[in-house]
Amino acid sequence: MSKSVLLKSSLAKKYWMALTGLFLCLFLVGHLAGNLQLLKAGEEGRRAFNEYAYFMAHNPVVKILSYLTYISIIFHVIDGFLLFAQNRKARPVKYAHTRPQENSSFASRNMALLGTLILVFIVTHMQNFWYKAKISNGPFPLHTLVKEIDNQEYDPATGAIVNKKQDVKLYLLTNGQYQMIDLEDKDNIELRHNTEIYSKKLDVKVAEGYKDLHSLTTAFFGHDNSKYGFPKNDLATVAVIFYVVSMLVLIFHLWHGFSSAFQSLGLRSKKYAPIIITVGKIFAVVVPVLFAVIPVYLYLTK
Amino acid sequence: MSVLDSKIPAGPIERKWTDYKNKIRLVNPANKRKIDVIVVGTGLAGGSAAATLAELGYNVKAFCFQDSPRRAHSIAAQGGINAAKNYPGDGDSVFRLFYDTIKGGDYRAREANVYRLAEVSANIIDQCVAQGVPFAREYGGLLDNRSFGGAQVSRTFYAKGQTGQQLLLGAYSAMSRQIGKGKIKMYTRYEMQDLVLVDGKARGIIARNLVTGKLERFSAHAVVVGSGGYGNVFFLSTNAMGSNVTAAWRIHKKGAFFANPCYTQIHPTCIPVTGDHQSKLTLMSESLRNDGRIWVPKKMEDAIAIREGRLKPTDIAEADRDYYLERRYPAFGNLVPRDVASRAAKERCDAGFGVNATGEAVYLDFSSAIERYGKEQAMIHHMTDATPEQIYKLGRDLVEAKYGNLFQMYYKITDEDPYVTPMKIYPAVHYTMGGVWVDYNLMTTIKGCYCIGEANFSDHGANRLGASALMQGLADGYFVLPYTIADYLADDIKTGAISTALPEFDEAEKSVRDFSERLMNIKGTKPVDYFHKRLGKAMWNYVGMGRTEEGLKKAITEIQQIRQDFYNDVKIPGTIEELNPELDKALRLSDFLELGELMAMDALNRSESCGGHFREESQTEKGEALRDDDRFAYVAAWEYKGEPSQAVLHKEELKFEVVKLAQRNYE
Amino acid sequence: MKLNLKIWRQKGPNDKGSMVSYPIENIDGDMSFLEMLDILNDQLVEKGDDPVAFDHDCREGICGMCSLYINGEAHGPDRGITTCQLHMRKFNDGDTIYIEPWRAKAFPVIKDLMVDRSAFDRIMAAGGFVSVNTSGNTQDANAIPIPKDDADEAFNAATCIGCGACVASCVNSSAMLFVSAKVSQLALLPQGQIEAMDRVKNMVAVMDEEGFGNCSNTGACEVECPKEISLENIARMNREFLKASFVK
Repeated sequence: MSKSVLLKSSLAKKYWMALTGLFLCLFLVGHLAGNLQLLKAGEEGRRAFNEYAYFMAHNPVVKILSYLTYISIIFHVIDGFLLFAQNRKARPVKYAHTRPQENSSFASRNMALLGTLILVFIVTHMQNFWYKAKISNGPFPLHTLVKEIDNQEYDPATGAIVNKKQDVKLYLLTNGQYQMIDLEDKDNIELRHNTEIYSKKLDVKVAEGYKDLHSLTTAFFGHDNSKYGFPKNDLATVAVIFYVVSMLVLIFHLWHGFSSAFQSLGLRSKKYAPIIITVGKIFAVVVPVLFAVIPVYLYLTK
Repeated sequence: MSVLDSKIPAGPIERKWTDYKNKIRLVNPANKRKIDVIVVGTGLAGGSAAATLAELGYNVKAFCFQDSPRRAHSIAAQGGINAAKNYPGDGDSVFRLFYDTIKGGDYRAREANVYRLAEVSANIIDQCVAQGVPFAREYGGLLDNRSFGGAQVSRTFYAKGQTGQQLLLGAYSAMSRQIGKGKIKMYTRYEMQDLVLVDGKARGIIARNLVTGKLERFSAHAVVVGSGGYGNVFFLSTNAMGSNVTAAWRIHKKGAFFANPCYTQIHPTCIPVTGDHQSKLTLMSESLRNDGRIWVPKKMEDAIAIREGRLKPTDIAEADRDYYLERRYPAFGNLVPRDVASRAAKERCDAGFGVNATGEAVYLDFSSAIERYGKEQAMIHHMTDATPEQIYKLGRDLVEAKYGNLFQMYYKITDEDPYVTPMKIYPAVHYTMGGVWVDYNLMTTIKGCYCIGEANFSDHGANRLGASALMQGLADGYFVLPYTIADYLADDIKTGAISTALPEFDEAEKSVRDFSERLMNIKGTKPVDYFHKRLGKAMWNYVGMGRTEEGLKKAITEIQQIRQDFYNDVKIPGTIEELNPELDKALRLSDFLELGELMAMDALNRSESCGGHFREESQTEKGEALRDDDRFAYVAAWEYKGEPSQAVLHKEELKFEVVKLAQRNYE
Repeated sequence: MKLNLKIWRQKGPNDKGSMVSYPIENIDGDMSFLEMLDILNDQLVEKGDDPVAFDHDCREGICGMCSLYINGEAHGPDRGITTCQLHMRKFNDGDTIYIEPWRAKAFPVIKDLMVDRSAFDRIMAAGGFVSVNTSGNTQDANAIPIPKDDADEAFNAATCIGCGACVASCVNSSAMLFVSAKVSQLALLPQGQIEAMDRVKNMVAVMDEEGFGNCSNTGACEVECPKEISLENIARMNREFLKASFVK
């Protein structure tokens, strides 16, 4: 393999765009599958979502995928800007009068603009959730699972100790088991790094709690979750509109991007082109619409 | 003994070329590197010659006036290329192709040249396929052939209606390969202005850089001119706007004889002229005549009504239509050779039966073909009770599959749908058989100056058969010139590079500059095209399809007058040393204005009818062309003597050793 | 018909250039677009003005010499034709028509509406051929059967006239359609497959050097191409290049 060709040539840049783009499409599917948990009602939904979030943050395979996602985004962005800059240079004098709408779609001509808007969205989105969940060292409320419990019986599904007619707080132990812990027992229990629960006496991590991302999310889109420690977001309306509009932008980006990736990789042929284009368009609409449904739903059900 | 020595090798015709090649002198590879060759023009002939010479090892300098060598007008050839491959097994052979070409040329071509052409024709196809030219193929993967221009065998290879384009792109790709290697130095947007002679030998050219307007000198050990035909002398022709005679004419003025200038091919199936604004004519492939029927109304009142727009062609009853080709030539019908079909159309239109507003058009009707094919298809699809609409639809689909691109082109240009209403066609100037006189080696009467392709006169006699032009261009460039030129260049291995500082270059450049300045200083009132249109009208009226002594004499005086007016009243804006398309046109027109007169003189001299040259005084009782072999079985080669009117005629007698001369008969 | 032409005028490569208005009258629907410009030029010459320089030659849609960006589209509003085949009946009385040269860094303006497309020739010289000598001593033309579909497909790619409309229409000034048409033609034929890998790499390298933009698959080129060359050729070139990059 000649390395310089695969880095420098204009075609190679397109391959990278296509590969990273398609990978990000896969990421979207995974992300969407998790986010759809937000549509589940009540405590059940809250728990499902938080479990999903926990899984995403802790599974080693997912971890690799997530790093790949970061790299893909960064590469897609940098490569995209390089291409854009080159393309601008390729026509130093612009047409005085041009009617590109006669020969190409709006989306196809404005991938860089659409991509930039999506980048703005991603940054905002990450600040809204990812940063708070992952980076920020500030206090972050943990998920308190409220269960109706039979007397001292074990739930066969989760292995949690259950107690009848009593609200208990369950946390996931580092070994995957559930245990009842009284966080108010300040003498024996200490919370470190936001989610890790230590026994003061033994100085041993006895459990790890969920960060309550579900409540964070619902609060962000307008739910009054002050009981969980999340103040209501006064700008929820703006947030919902911003998220919906961003998904609209994503529709356009994918509308062209999906089938374009196949074209760039040379995977399109007369026989398969119609399938690729159709699948691409369905993907481009369905995925962002489902994403957009979530904040709208949350906003409306507050 | 004539001053013309055709240098035809001795021996039986089928051995001449092989024996000659065996004895011809060669230049060894090390010496080829020391030899420069200039090639002017990058069409099929020039492009293929440049590529081959460079492959052989010569240093080639190639010139074209277009912005890329790929744009030469060979690209517009539609129909196909003949080759004696006999793939269909229908009895074709080198001899048959040779014989058909001699006969089609109305016995006015050299036997030895034509035989050689037929001989190398098969190689052309091999060569082009090896280069990746995508000829049409059958489902079995082998090459497809079609019958063309009324030939009795299917020997025409084709690539849809774009054969010329594909062949030229093949030659262009071969050139590109050599350009990439540095063996061809390509000069685009350059136009040759003069030939430089040193000690009587062609040693270079003066060319105008069309972008800067500057004159530049180029030297070489030999100069090859492949600059195409001169049909644009008629202003309206199927030639490209830039096609011109300048390179050929300037070498003529330097001593190369110009042969048979009056032989002009008028192609029968072109889109008619619509008005004075028209800048060029568009050819519709001859293949249309395979299925289209040509007619005009029988009744004068119908013709008048159509011209005035009161009647539509579809209103004319079958019985009131005159399918004049089928009437006059029952054996060949609509497939008679080009010259015959063209003259018959002119005859009907002159008699007042022409059908468009100008009265100069006939119908080419596909309705019976659509019906015939429709019925055939209905049979194939077992539709025994097909309605007329179904039959029409089936037939239309088939016609569309065969000629769809041509029908679309017609529709775009005329805004009339040829599926619904018959096409209108009229003959137009298409190809010029005449050109610079060359010997068997393709050398002109100037030593070291060669002329190939349409620019020379050699292979088509008085009429060219369909699909033969591409064959000749490539034969000259790929397979003939590269051999024969070595015989001449073998003397030049010790010459060394030719200096462009020689006084001969000074002189040639000065004369070109003086002439440009003369044109610029006229500062008259009329643009160049005004004179070109006048010249075209005179040529078309008097030196067109039917020529008379009286008309030709009139043409000569008229052209002289136009020339005089041109030199008094042409207005060229701008300056010499800049991009100046009007000056380019003026320089080209100055040559056409001389050539036109010589064409008329040649036509006047040849008081017989033959091929594309029809003298109304020389026809049979039925109005067919009448040759006069006793008096005119010669090539008329004209020597320049300062003014066209002073040109001196030299005759090269045509000896027919193999073919027996006969009057052509298509009845 | 009466028209208002707005034409790009630029004296030379280094001149800045600007749009200039020219009213024109008595234009007939049967005239071709270039014949309309001929009339304008004759009027300009008679007035003593500099005529508009534009490229044109065959005027039957095959040589690829004519260009012109008309009313915001390469070769004007009609489809499947070159400018020389565009007729004035496509316009209405009183229309304003913008006429500009092809715009691309790789196609510098020479004068007015004329541009230098020699970059295309240089790309061709880098590999747009089969390295076979023109000796005629090759094997018989029918020695290699080629499936009709491949031959037809190769032909369709080979109909490219090298006019540059693809570059002119492309929002990125990309030459991918042009390059891929030649790469495709030769990659589809057994004769061309032997050098296919070197060819695609060399041609793409020169294409990049010449300063064309990158393809972003907008498909504008296919729509505006007078010969309707398919986008599939670009996919095929992407495939060929990828293969070549890994193998060689």
